[in-house]
Amino acid sequence: MLRYLVPLVLFIALLIFLGIGLKLDPRTVPSPLVGKPAPGFELPRLHALDRSVTPDDFKGKVWVLNVWASWCASCRVEHPVLNRWAQSDHVLLVGLNYKDQTPDALLWLQQLGNPYAVSLVDADGRVGIDWGVYGVPETFVIDKRGTIRYKHIGPVSMEDVERTLRPLIRRLQEEEPA
Amino acid sequence: MKMATMMAILLLLATSAIVQAKVESVAFATPEQEQRYRSLIRELRCLVCQNQNIADSNADLAKDLRRQILEMIERGDSDQAIIDFMVARYGDFVLYRPPFKAITALLWVGPFLFLAGGLIVMIIVIRKRSRNTSPSLSESEQAQVRELLQSNKDD
Repeated sequence: MLRYLVPLVLFIALLIFLGIGLKLDPRTVPSPLVGKPAPGFELPRLHALDRSVTPDDFKGKVWVLNVWASWCASCRVEHPVLNRWAQSDHVLLVGLNYKDQTPDALLWLQQLGNPYAVSLVDADGRVGIDWGVYGVPETFVIDKRGTIRYKHIGPVSMEDVERTLRPLIRRLQEEEPA
Repeated sequence: MKMATMMAILLLLATSAIVQAKVESVAFATPEQEQRYRSLIRELRCLVCQNQNIADSNADLAKDLRRQILEMIERGDSDQAIIDFMVARYGDFVLYRPPFKAITALLWVGPFLFLAGGLIVMIIVIRKRSRNTSPSLSESEQAQVRELLQSNKDD
């Protein structure tokens, strides 16, 4: 009896591990930046290239940094979600236009709608490296103290907004600014 | 026969396209700097093509990270400073040889655990088998064996 039971149990254990492995997404690498202060930058605004923005401009507010590019196919999937989210919630959505051509980016926002309170230009991707960006789209939530509290990799779906982002932001908005 | 060999060679040539990432040629002040650059880009994993290091990857991000490393070397940063820079942004995942920590312990110890498990199973099986090969005979059976051997000698 044991002779058949032991291999069976081992086989089932193997199946369970393989099953878990299938569910994991190897593309989602946990960010070491969650819980750390948001990396600094000084970037030109997409709609006013002569004016720059730094994270200090958002101090005391909960804000969301969404990394996107007009060459990024999954950003196109994500964009309507951002539009809906920006309309329904009072969310301070900051766009980081990553390694893109400014005319292309402007055209994109004109055609597909602009959910961003402000868009920043990271033409050579250096700020992207500082934020540990390795694939667009990526979305960060930053609290009132300027600490990164959450990172979403890949396109945000309406379900992600409703289940994770909206409750998280509501909670962070109730926190005291430092 | 000759035709077949030729075809085989041609097929081999056609399919063995030389796969090599185009790494920008970079000029260094000293050979030592170049050496450091080459070994660093081999040690760091590309996050876009996760089974490649940033030396082999054609991904845009790998290109940017190579540029970043190059600049840091030229600025005079140490290897450790460069690795710390990458780990601070992308985590231990960027290292092909992650440090031994609580979270990576299973990664390092796992193979040895499997080896030990395999050895234990092997020892158990061998022991069982060696016991089974000498089945004990009952008193009457032994007498029969002795009798048979005896009769054999008499012939």
